[in-house]
Amino acid sequence: MKKKRYFGRAAMFVISAVFAFLFLMPTVLTITNSFMEQSEINANYGMIFSNITGDRGYISDKVTLKFIPDKVSLSQYITAIIKSPDYLLKFWNSVILVVPIVLLQVGTAALASYGFTRWRGKFRSFMFFFYVILMLMPYQVTLVPNYLVSEWLGILNTKWSIIFPGMFAPFSVFLLTKSMRRIPSSLIEAAKLDGAGEWQIFTRVCLPQCKGALYSIAMLVFIDYWNMVEQPIILLPDPAQQPLSVYLSQINSGEVGIAFAVATIYMIPTLLLFLQGEEYLVEGIAHQGSVKG
Amino acid sequence: MSTNKDKKTKKQKTFRERWRGLNYKTKDFIQSWMFSGPSVLGVSVFFIVPFLVVVYYSVIKSPLNPEFVFLENFQNVIGNQAFKIAVKNTADFSIIAVPLAVILSLGLALMLESRIPLKSQFRTFFLSPMMVPVASVVLIWQVLFHQNGVMNEIMLVFGLDKIDWLKSEWAIGVIVVLYLWKNLGYNMILFMAALANIPKELLEVADVEGASEMYKFFAIKLRYLSPTVLFVTILSMINSFKVFREIYLLTGEYPVERLYMLQHFMNNTFEALDYQKLSAAAVILAIVMVAIIALLFKVEDSFGKDVEG
Repeated sequence: MKKKRYFGRAAMFVISAVFAFLFLMPTVLTITNSFMEQSEINANYGMIFSNITGDRGYISDKVTLKFIPDKVSLSQYITAIIKSPDYLLKFWNSVILVVPIVLLQVGTAALASYGFTRWRGKFRSFMFFFYVILMLMPYQVTLVPNYLVSEWLGILNTKWSIIFPGMFAPFSVFLLTKSMRRIPSSLIEAAKLDGAGEWQIFTRVCLPQCKGALYSIAMLVFIDYWNMVEQPIILLPDPAQQPLSVYLSQINSGEVGIAFAVATIYMIPTLLLFLQGEEYLVEGIAHQGSVKG
Repeated sequence: MSTNKDKKTKKQKTFRERWRGLNYKTKDFIQSWMFSGPSVLGVSVFFIVPFLVVVYYSVIKSPLNPEFVFLENFQNVIGNQAFKIAVKNTADFSIIAVPLAVILSLGLALMLESRIPLKSQFRTFFLSPMMVPVASVVLIWQVLFHQNGVMNEIMLVFGLDKIDWLKSEWAIGVIVVLYLWKNLGYNMILFMAALANIPKELLEVADVEGASEMYKFFAIKLRYLSPTVLFVTILSMINSFKVFREIYLLTGEYPVERLYMLQHFMNNTFEALDYQKLSAAAVILAIVMVAIIALLFKVEDSFGKDVEG
């Protein structure tokens, strides 16, 4: 009996290990390949990206997935940053678009979810249902409305055309409402008996209780917008204002090496957030129960 | 919570007095809207009102000639061959990918739940796809599934013929793999948390009674997991729409027919400035989504009742 258990656990370990490494592979590949020299990239991927630039000296007749560069070099980074300072500018564009969206969306959502938790009239229940539906709409459905509003407000082709819809995206309202509704009502009642007003209940009872959820939602929103491509293409066609994610997605496949280097740089903020808050991600959203809340 | 009594300036006092003068109902009303107001207002301005305009566009001839044509635009869209293909492909993709995303992530969660070494490292590995920028994902998928790519090298080793994956009938499979790779980790985390919340006593009693692992899973765990299953299903649906970004970047505006998704249809209609067709398609899509959500809510109602207090 005991032996059988050990065997089972070993099998599970092996399966999880195999899958875990398969999942990790693209991340590792991106990072390690960014340290390869152009000639090595050409040799490895020449068969696939035939429009590769630079010297086409040796091209392996087979595509090779190499994790460890023959020679570690920063040449791709240097090319990316020095030869086209554009990348840095776009990186900054990303920052000034995404940081306000995350802060504003989570802020608005925190307020709204408190409202949806403490007052549950018919109208608010209806609105909440509406939020759920909106949240599920594919981007292509909300795109036309977004475009129309931006046009009316005269903010088309400015960063506000992305920030405003992002600020009011219903996703975080939905998730936060669900975690606020899990706060035991006895806590709120107790605060009330102590003479706390709504604002105090909100800031001193509810927000601290939802710390994990707030952090993990902020992280999800950040990841989502940090990699946005469709919204800027349509709402912010001015290339000088577009975030790096759009630029990255349009990198010519001839510049594989640079693409990996820039992608690695672009991963750093997400990576830092991850290292900071993986536990929050696990604990925070974790306790999402039913959909209707 | 008594700090508000400590420091009071004169101005606050008068405000407070005026505030006190209001009756309870008015106060409650104002307070409630202080919280949900900004969001409800923003959602109305940026989503609801414009969506109503989209509905309006869908029943008129053109913005310049607002003649009421009722269902004509809808008939045009539904009769459109590209639309039919797009609907079929999108539905096929979701029907394959969403259940797989739910089942496989639950499987992974159950595996990582058992006591195996390196568990938390594995969890991080499974989450890592969330960080990789789309561009790099697209490059790597090309390296893997190109005509001369890694997958075909492996096929050759086994004596099989090369396939141009993204242009073959397997194209959807390639995208499903991409989608699973991206989303399984997070779904898994949701399940792991839900598993950790199952009352331990119940499982211990089952152990004492000599219940099999199978029985424990189906009779106890699954019942407690059902709200999470629904939640993960909904998240997976949202994410299944987002995979368009990768398809688009991998294969461009006009991919092989098998990969032509609803989003391609909408994008191309948008570029052709055919607002009537686009609005009608958006309205149809919205109706379908509402129907699916209503159905899911119904399922939840009849399924999860006995475990939620």
